[in-house]
Amino acid sequence: MSLLEVRDLDVTFSTNDGTVRAVNKISFDLEAGETLAIVGESGSGKSQAVFAIMGLLADNGSTSGSVLFHGEELTHLNDTQLNKIRANDMAMIFQDPMTSLNPYMRVRDQMSEVLQLHKGMSKSEAYNACVSMLEAVKLPDATSVINRFPHECSGGMRQRIMIAMSLLCQPKLLIADEPTTALDVTVQAQIMALLRRVQDDFGTAIILITHDLGVVAGSCEKTLVMYGGRILEYATTKEIFAAPSHPYTRGLLSAVPRLDTETDELVTIPGNPPNMMELPAGCPFAPRCEFAKDICHAEMPELVAHGDHEGLRACHLSLEELS
Amino acid sequence: MGSVASEKANQLAKHNPKTRKIEQMAQNMANTAPVKGRSLWQDAYHRFFQNKAAVISVIALTAIVLFSFIGPYFAVWSNEEIDWARLGKATEMGAPSLENGHYFGIDNLGRDLYSRVIQGTQVSLMVGLIGAGIAVFVGTFYGAAAGYFGGRIDSFMMRLVDILMSIPFMFILILMLVVFGRSLYMLFIGIGLLAWLDMARIVRGQTLTIKNKEYVEAAIATGVPSLTIIRRHIVPNLMGVVAVYATLLVPGMILTESFISFLGLGVQEPNTSWGALISEGAGTINYGTTWQLFVPLFFFVVTLFSFFFIGDGLRDALDPKDR
Amino acid sequence: MSKGETLLEVSGVKVDFNIKPDGAMPWTKPLKLHAVNDVSFDLKRGETLGIVGESGCGKSTLARAIISLVPTSGGSIVWLGDELVGLSKSEMRPHRKEIQMIFQDPLASLDPRMNIGEIIAEPLKTHFPRTPKKEIVERVKEMMSKVGLLPNLVNRYPHEFSGGQCQRIGIARALILNPKLIICDEPVSALDVSIQAQVINLLKELQNELGLSLIFIAHDLSVVKHVSDRIMVLYLGNAMEISSSAELYSHPRHPYTNLLISAVPIPDPEIELNREISLIEGELPSPLSPPSGCVFRTRCPKAQAICAAEKPEMKSETKDHMVACHFPD
Repeated sequence: MSLLEVRDLDVTFSTNDGTVRAVNKISFDLEAGETLAIVGESGSGKSQAVFAIMGLLADNGSTSGSVLFHGEELTHLNDTQLNKIRANDMAMIFQDPMTSLNPYMRVRDQMSEVLQLHKGMSKSEAYNACVSMLEAVKLPDATSVINRFPHECSGGMRQRIMIAMSLLCQPKLLIADEPTTALDVTVQAQIMALLRRVQDDFGTAIILITHDLGVVAGSCEKTLVMYGGRILEYATTKEIFAAPSHPYTRGLLSAVPRLDTETDELVTIPGNPPNMMELPAGCPFAPRCEFAKDICHAEMPELVAHGDHEGLRACHLSLEELS
Repeated sequence: MGSVASEKANQLAKHNPKTRKIEQMAQNMANTAPVKGRSLWQDAYHRFFQNKAAVISVIALTAIVLFSFIGPYFAVWSNEEIDWARLGKATEMGAPSLENGHYFGIDNLGRDLYSRVIQGTQVSLMVGLIGAGIAVFVGTFYGAAAGYFGGRIDSFMMRLVDILMSIPFMFILILMLVVFGRSLYMLFIGIGLLAWLDMARIVRGQTLTIKNKEYVEAAIATGVPSLTIIRRHIVPNLMGVVAVYATLLVPGMILTESFISFLGLGVQEPNTSWGALISEGAGTINYGTTWQLFVPLFFFVVTLFSFFFIGDGLRDALDPKDR
Repeated sequence: MSKGETLLEVSGVKVDFNIKPDGAMPWTKPLKLHAVNDVSFDLKRGETLGIVGESGCGKSTLARAIISLVPTSGGSIVWLGDELVGLSKSEMRPHRKEIQMIFQDPLASLDPRMNIGEIIAEPLKTHFPRTPKKEIVERVKEMMSKVGLLPNLVNRYPHEFSGGQCQRIGIARALILNPKLIICDEPVSALDVSIQAQVINLLKELQNELGLSLIFIAHDLSVVKHVSDRIMVLYLGNAMEISSSAELYSHPRHPYTNLLISAVPIPDPEIELNREISLIEGELPSPLSPPSGCVFRTRCPKAQAICAAEKPEMKSETKDHMVACHFPD
């Protein structure tokens, strides 16, 4: 049994201007201790998909489909039951740690709150657990940092504190929503190294949401490429980078300049990201796809295996047609 | 959001030698009629008219304003004429009636309440609008200038506001009315002089945020003169806040005037205002002439509520979160 | 004017900010924050200078100092032979048409109450107020098609466009006065990956076509390397290394540059998983009390006693590659 099984997950938002289908029938599995990257641009639905899994959608959002965590269906649970699972087995870290830390509470109090509440630890036990966790995430001078307020810490320190906090209850699944986007490259490298180590030490499964392909390359076993609320490609990271099978993935890979090679002109993906209010009937990428045929505009292709490849792709065109 | 065709064409206009042709096509299309845009004001306008309470309030307010202009043509009695036949017999013969032309009844001195309410409506609305108008005009420019120039100029201008604010406003107003005599103009000057202080503070705070927006920086970098920046970029972007605050200010002005009139220091006989009418009506409530209180009170309450609902509607319509 | 002529010469520029400590009395002397400290470089016609550094290194402040959006507290900025430091607002005005700027947040850099036509025309109306209306419209439309926007969208408002299109509008506004230099402050970092490439290509294309010089500020080293001819690395307001772009990446001489390059992930699992990543240690020191001597010494793997005692000078051994380090590679 997989740790997490997502089947036909739909997320819709009702807004003043109409209904937005943020996530459209996505399915994937995650094994214990595995790392999955969800790659996509803004509006691809990557964040909303995991918010739906965690039961953290905004009030106007609704979910359908099934999310099995350890064989337990999450979509039917009420808030109290969800809270229990969220506290013990799942944790999430966000792009801007400042917004998820209470600015009026010392780091010590915020961290130990969880332990006292859910694990019934005494105050001093909780304190010791927090300090050792902060040391585990290699926060220098943990005993002094723990007494600070969030705003007295740098961005990198705050993200480390968030990671430490999310690991306190030793979750089986850690969801990282753009954990390094707000950070500098040097700090990003530190945090990514930390996440890799955390996975080795604690055996936590990680879902990493990002738009940065470089980050994915170094730390994830599997990659899921989303666009316009749909999964376009789902394969091992090695395969995605070595032999991308979807025109969007290919475009994405050639649109980023690389530090280690010289490129004369970047290959661009023409056009603009899709308007989520008026998604096309067919493949969401069809309007920007240089290979698009009539069927691409009319019908969404299925996410299926192709040839003898392990990975799945959703494209009407055969690999030969793309080259 | 605009026509789909143009959006699509725009998406095609990519910068790639291959698609130069399409770009030329786009240039040819340039000669076609420009697409109409939808400004934020138009957006707000649409949202405002979806708010039922606000729309009903606008209708109610318009009706009251129209009534104060058209009403006099239907009046049988003027507002100073004393109906000698009914003088002193208000309780028995002064009730509202269509037959004798006293549509709203008579007041304690035998004068026609219908004409007096019309006249009071004019005075009260004028006090409200002129007071709020002065506040908007002076407050906006004063606050915008203080916020934009910042530094010492800002400190000086805002300390001045603080000093003026620390003076007990009602006391000064009463003193002015006593010293210079009771007149409508004195009331306008008094209320107008003090009403802009709050507005200046609000506008200054808002200006400080707008000033740091990149579009203002862009204008400075291009060399646009300071006063032009205030007029072209800062004030139009303040108008949302100002409009909301101004609609909430009008009832405040009306209330102030009513209070002054209630004390007997407001408008002079035979002129009247809502406050004065309510004051008189309240004084005779024990004699069974309830209409003398409830008719002006009705107009007063409906107007105040209308302004509050319109203010609320404006705030929702202009809400920057939706931008 | 020929290519290769020096447009801009910045020498020893300093920018200080006055910071009031928490709870200070109104009369206490404010602390000085050296946002930019003694930075020098020059820029030739048609050249792109990249400025990289982490947040808080003073790269945006430096850009704003060049077009006097923030006042300098020392040094000189010479634009085509004219000293810009110390000019009054009206003396500065004529130079402003030659130096334009593009901003990080494409939507925030456009006034939401103005339509695209008004936004793009603003510089033209400011510097040539007597331009006939018809000509303004013509020029605006010309600029719009130049940056790949349909000219018939001229009456639309910024919120009706996507981020990439807004950045194109910003570029059109910067181009309308035929400037010689465009300062790009993180022009693509707020854009989606697939849009970034469009904007980068557009900038490069326009540069070739119009012979523009660019100062390209970004924190993304791969983008800067792709765009720039030369690159300057900033750390805590100080220039660490200036070199041609290829040279900087192949032979970084400053330890900080080295660490910075090593931190950038390569989008290729085969390389990335086998690569040795050297992590930078410690936290960025407070800019209010920077370390003595070399500002990087607190985190530098090669730091020695002399680094604390003496600030290394920016010097060059080979032409076009300057480094401020006591022990360069």
